[in-house]
Amino acid sequence: MSLAVKRAAGSSALRRISDLLYRRPNLYLLMLLIPPLLWLGAIYLGSLLNLLWQGFYTFDDFTMAVTPELTLGNFAALFNPANFDIILRTLCMALAVSLASAVLAFPIAYYMARYTSGRTKAFFYIAVMMPMWASYIVKTYAWTLLLAKGGVAQWFIQQLHLEALLQVVLQIPGVGGSTLSTSHLGRFLVFVYIWLPFMILPIQAALERLPPSLLQASADLGATPGQTLLQVILPLSIPGIAAGSIFTFSLTLGDFIVPQLVGPPGYFIGSMVYAQQGAIGNMPMAAAFTLVPIMLIAVYLSIVKRLGAFDAL
Amino acid sequence: MPPAVQFTQVSRTFGEVKAVDQISIDIEDGEFFSMLGPSGSGKTTCLRLIAGFEQPSSGSIRIHGSEAAGLPPYQRDVNTVFQDYALFPHMNVRDNVAYGLKVKGVAKAERHARAAEALAMVALDGYGERKPAQLSGGQRQRVALARALVNRPRVLLLDEPLGALDLKLREQMQGELKKLQRQLGITFIFVTHDQTEALSMSDRVAVFNRGRIEQVDSPRNLYMQPATTFVAEFVGTSNVVRGELAQQLSGSAAPFSIRPEHIRLDGQPASGEVQVGGVLHDIQYQGSATRLEVRLDSGQLLAVSQANDRWQAQAQPWQTGQRVQASWPREAMTVLRETQP
Repeated sequence: MSLAVKRAAGSSALRRISDLLYRRPNLYLLMLLIPPLLWLGAIYLGSLLNLLWQGFYTFDDFTMAVTPELTLGNFAALFNPANFDIILRTLCMALAVSLASAVLAFPIAYYMARYTSGRTKAFFYIAVMMPMWASYIVKTYAWTLLLAKGGVAQWFIQQLHLEALLQVVLQIPGVGGSTLSTSHLGRFLVFVYIWLPFMILPIQAALERLPPSLLQASADLGATPGQTLLQVILPLSIPGIAAGSIFTFSLTLGDFIVPQLVGPPGYFIGSMVYAQQGAIGNMPMAAAFTLVPIMLIAVYLSIVKRLGAFDAL
Repeated sequence: MPPAVQFTQVSRTFGEVKAVDQISIDIEDGEFFSMLGPSGSGKTTCLRLIAGFEQPSSGSIRIHGSEAAGLPPYQRDVNTVFQDYALFPHMNVRDNVAYGLKVKGVAKAERHARAAEALAMVALDGYGERKPAQLSGGQRQRVALARALVNRPRVLLLDEPLGALDLKLREQMQGELKKLQRQLGITFIFVTHDQTEALSMSDRVAVFNRGRIEQVDSPRNLYMQPATTFVAEFVGTSNVVRGELAQQLSGSAAPFSIRPEHIRLDGQPASGEVQVGGVLHDIQYQGSATRLEVRLDSGQLLAVSQANDRWQAQAQPWQTGQRVQASWPREAMTVLRETQP
């Protein structure tokens, strides 16, 4: 009886395909992977390489025309003082934002991972992620109002009688500006605000995986809470900090909206690419600039790897 | 000389649950003391109270005569071997072992020397450079032991340290732990739910049940003279006889215990022996002994163990349904106190 059923099913085409796929797992894997590989390979990587390739084309300043004559001039132009300044400014901001995000995110992530459960944990997840549901441009505009002269930030500083301190800070070159909303400091604040969730969540995930017995073992062996933090908790949360900083670093490097809306005039890499390919129409130079964040992130990743951040993964 | 650890009327409650309920014990200096009980009986909470991971809700805990309640773990002269070993995954074996010395500010040369010494003690010389992930379960367990012992604690706490090992390795480690304890002469407090482990290693055993201690005694007394029905049933296998049958067999209504290996199924009762009739219900051959279950005429089941040391036993095997007379000497019966549910 059961044999007859088996034979009948075995003759169907569907069963034969199943049998074939079962016998050849590689074929099965290939069929699963073809759609995403096509997307990632042809459409995503292909167009990226195509864009980068255009960085070798020549742009004529007079006719504003792009000709497919290959040149290294665009990449050399990246090292002009004006362009190099843009790269340096963006890089410093990305590093500062990553550092500040990590410092701010760690206590929140630690609290979420070690002290919350059930409803409180859900509340924290929502509180951390809710800002990401709102439009990024709206949030940035909202910050221009918050930081503007007569805005909430300044009112608050007045209430604390710290206007003098603010003036001193705003006069520091490289940090300040004429007002909070047109200063580097203001731009930095907005970046940290916008990318902070991307830092909190990976650190929280790393801390969540930390077995409580490790912390008890550390205390048991005579380590004070401070020593446990430095010797056990921080080293084991470095993969999370590294993952978060990859987000904050690369997102800051590529951003072109915040630099336009908040802070002093002057391009960032992202806004430079935007200007070059949009208003100016210099696609080759835009392509050359696109290479910069890619290279910087590659260097950043190799440094992070060398620091051993991925060893504990 | 004050006891190594002294509990006086210690309780620890978690909300409504009394994990530890009014416990008083004295653990002597240099003894191998086991805390035995089923899960949730409060034995691990007691260990954590000594280590300082928990603070008592009431009562006093003294470690070598000084009050420990309120002291954080890092100010106590005790060290713990954790059930999951809790080795630091980002440090190699040597740094794991030397951790306790490092946080106390011992110079690098000395702490490396002492770590090597501790690793030699657990037969792991030359493993210092490895990461915990590269070790087997048994090796990790030895590292955890070395890491605790390197601090030369006066009391070592072991939280079911052998639970994750397979049987052969567990038996080997039991012997080694006992040897180490004798050699170092420090107090070992060993938490386990495995009664054979507790019996074979300990000088004294405390049997825990529902946050209370049922009995503290030497392994021999615990087995031969259980004080309560819980101890009789938890430590080894025992027949606990209650009520009318107890009245009939022992002359008193108090429950009593009779061990399966103290019951004979063959032959006539000698003078001063108790005898009761029944039918063989189940037979399990276990190599050195045969486990038999007898359904008594009163309906109760009686577990009996017969050593397989006689050729006769093999020539004339037991058969289920066979009528038997079970007999045992009067002095083999131990009168028990009923454990309150």
